[in-house]
Amino acid sequence: MTEKLVIIGNGMAPGRMLEHLFEAEPGRYAVTIFNAEPRVNYDRIMLSPVLSGEKSYEEIVIHGDGWYIDNGITLYKGHRIVAIDRRAKTVTSDHGVTEPYDRLVIATGSVPFVIPVPGHDLPGVLSYRDLDDVNAMMLAAQSRETAVVIGGGLLGLEAAAGLKARGMDVTVLHLMPTLMERQLDPAAGYLLQKAVEERGIKVITKAETRAILGEDKVSGVELADGTVVPATLVVMAIGIRPNAALAKDAGLEVNRGIVVDEGMATSDPAILALGECAEVGGRVYGLVAPLYEMARVAAARLAGDAKAGFVHAETPTKLKVTGIDLYSLGDFADGDDREEIVLRDATAGIYKRLVLKDNRLIGTVLFGETGDGAWFNDLTRKKVDISDMRDTLIFGQAFQGGAPMDPLAAVAALPDDAEICGCNGVCKSRIVGAITSKGLTSLDDVRAHTKASASCGTCTGLVEQLMSLTLGDAYNPAAVQPMCGCTELGHDDVRRLIKAKKLKSIPAVMQELEWKTSCGCAKCRPALNYYLVADWPDEYADDYQSRFVNERVHANIQKDGTYSVVPRMWGGVTSSRELRAIADVVDRFQIPTVKVTGGQRIDMLGIRKEDLPAVWADLGKAGFVSGHAYAKGLRTVKTCVGSDWCRFGTQDSTGLGIRIEKFMWGSWTPAKVKMAVSGCPRNCAEATCKDVGVVCVDSGYEIHFAGAAGLDIKGTEVLGQVKTEDEALEHIVALTQMYREQARYLERIYKWAKRIGYDEIRRQIMEDADKRKAFYDRFVFSQKFAQVDPWSERVSGKDKHEFRPMAAVGFKEAAE
Amino acid sequence: MKWTAIGNIDDIPPRGARCVATPQGRIGVFRTADDRVFAIEDHCPHRGGPLSQGIVHGTSVTCPLHNWVISLETGEALGADEGSVRTIPLKVEDGRLLIALEAVGAAAA
Repeated sequence: MTEKLVIIGNGMAPGRMLEHLFEAEPGRYAVTIFNAEPRVNYDRIMLSPVLSGEKSYEEIVIHGDGWYIDNGITLYKGHRIVAIDRRAKTVTSDHGVTEPYDRLVIATGSVPFVIPVPGHDLPGVLSYRDLDDVNAMMLAAQSRETAVVIGGGLLGLEAAAGLKARGMDVTVLHLMPTLMERQLDPAAGYLLQKAVEERGIKVITKAETRAILGEDKVSGVELADGTVVPATLVVMAIGIRPNAALAKDAGLEVNRGIVVDEGMATSDPAILALGECAEVGGRVYGLVAPLYEMARVAAARLAGDAKAGFVHAETPTKLKVTGIDLYSLGDFADGDDREEIVLRDATAGIYKRLVLKDNRLIGTVLFGETGDGAWFNDLTRKKVDISDMRDTLIFGQAFQGGAPMDPLAAVAALPDDAEICGCNGVCKSRIVGAITSKGLTSLDDVRAHTKASASCGTCTGLVEQLMSLTLGDAYNPAAVQPMCGCTELGHDDVRRLIKAKKLKSIPAVMQELEWKTSCGCAKCRPALNYYLVADWPDEYADDYQSRFVNERVHANIQKDGTYSVVPRMWGGVTSSRELRAIADVVDRFQIPTVKVTGGQRIDMLGIRKEDLPAVWADLGKAGFVSGHAYAKGLRTVKTCVGSDWCRFGTQDSTGLGIRIEKFMWGSWTPAKVKMAVSGCPRNCAEATCKDVGVVCVDSGYEIHFAGAAGLDIKGTEVLGQVKTEDEALEHIVALTQMYREQARYLERIYKWAKRIGYDEIRRQIMEDADKRKAFYDRFVFSQKFAQVDPWSERVSGKDKHEFRPMAAVGFKEAAE
Repeated sequence: MKWTAIGNIDDIPPRGARCVATPQGRIGVFRTADDRVFAIEDHCPHRGGPLSQGIVHGTSVTCPLHNWVISLETGEALGADEGSVRTIPLKVEDGRLLIALEAVGAAAA
């Protein structure tokens, strides 16, 4: 019979434990996980790149929902366990779910320290622990006001850099005289402070926080010397402590963390603990490498290997702030029995310090240039006697043996068991072995098979060097990602060649560009169809068989195969006549759900495909046209009531919104385009998270672009300000046309703009009047062919075959 | 085998599909770019999506709900996904399409 394994916590350590366990003993346990966070397992080390905008949440997910389903795991998201009954062997969640266990694993992680000064519980005071904290910080950063980060350690500095990248004015407060004093000696701490300050972040050391100020929300931080630092956001990142309260309540032995033996067993042999909440050999851990080691041991024990045991190892520290290279490992305190080798290059901003004891390396601090970290780590772990190379040791591996080596040769010279990926404990020979035995050719493949470079990513360069060493010319890291399996060409090349070779049909593209399949696939066909529609609006015959079903039948397919219908409601304005017509349609076709959308219009859901033309006919009689809610095209232009009604309105935002929507509807775009116009900076139409937005001001119209409020949340960039409505329309249209001509299919404006550069877009649209006019004219030309209401076309009989079965057979005759 | 007429090949656009209603559920009828025709259950093995509304490429169709790719020849899911739908015998006579209706009953039973 399968045994019941219950896990409290869904972080990286238990996730890794399960991977090992399923590999060793598939099917032995029925697994249930309780996760206090309402989501799947993601890579917490990568929260800083999410905060700085270099990655999205989706990119850091380790186990998607499918993984839990595939492995038969019951995952309770958002359930916090409130009690463990060790006698009955059950756990109970705050939502009242009680689950029995044979073996229990506690992986409750850690909780952030909060300094108990007055005001620590004010709104606007955050810690930096999970995705909720990051989302809250990103929201707060949209104000672009002032932030204070308390704590100049690893997390604090990464938070500060992320908030700075999001446009905030950031000050770091650190209690000690130098930054990261636990990992860096004072000299490196000083260099780090300079590097941080060069990025525009203020640093105050020896700063003791006395109080956090503010009435309803935070307004500043007061220091012990009376200094007040203004702040609209305060992030406390001073450290973590093991979250052992639940274990303590259950009567398990708890010291700093939950006390476990080398096999991860707590004082109750049926219960294991691992991760940041566990204390093993008197130590608690916060870096991923030892936590993954715990996961390996716990999995082996659960699989029946009684010999697996945890051994302490030093773990290097690296800072994930783009542009600051820092590496520290081991013990570097001064001492009578220790010697040190130091190299400083002030101009280049390089500092290296090696601490030796008995001719063996015990501590390393590298700043500015960290390439030799892996080699020094290897010497430290193996306790190599360095007497022979002492003179040149600090110059790194490249200088040993006389001549400087190029980086590839240096990697080649690393011994087979040298650790390449510290987070996952992957050595050189395992990576090379996987590349050759499994025929891996891409970085993603290597990550999938070995986990190397799959956590914090700082060893990516080393892994790539190993790949080019092993594969030779077969490895091409700069290779463009092909559109799909049907071609080697990337989207940009295909777009360029369609124009250059004047390719005007899908078969022509596939023939000329040597497609590998006879008629493409569901990835490339819709992309090609869009590119051809956008590039040859008057000549290309739209290929409906290459459009996704929504764009083919002009409605949104739902999970049960029915459709939803959203008519256009210009600028979100409607009337009693329109509402009555919608009500009549809902009654006549017994439409089960009517819902107001986020884009200020009305969605009718659950319509049978066969009924669509009749529904459109009725809506058409009331003057409605398609809202294109299903299209990679212009969706809505959301507005506020503006100067017509609002006492704060500065311009006619409703009128401008309607004008834009009437001008631009029907246009196809690489991905959906949502717009908004707000009548004043209070921004009730939420224009600053749209693809394109306008914020009206007394002196004119501020045009925004490249916002997002879906998978990603991102405030807009300002394109520029114009004086009249006509100018606003011309700039918005030109921007959209530039996007239509340049972006890759399914690439939203914010991703396209980030890729090609905000300044480049401003230059072409705001500064180059000729270019702007040319973009505008091409859009207007294209609209001559695009602005046809697809619903009325279909009411008149176009594409009839789409809407009804070709036959109904096998039914008994009604007359019988 | 009893053959039932369901229409003409020209009722289906090339690289397209139509569906046929039966008491046992819908059947998707597909026409490839080179005018071959196939009939399979109109019900994706993943979440029951209407396959006849997907994009047809080569001798496969991509489900409109979650992009599973199903072979029209075998009814098997392609790539990393696992699952299959029943294929239904179909023949063309002078452009007329005929299916073996009893196989549909077997598929649903």
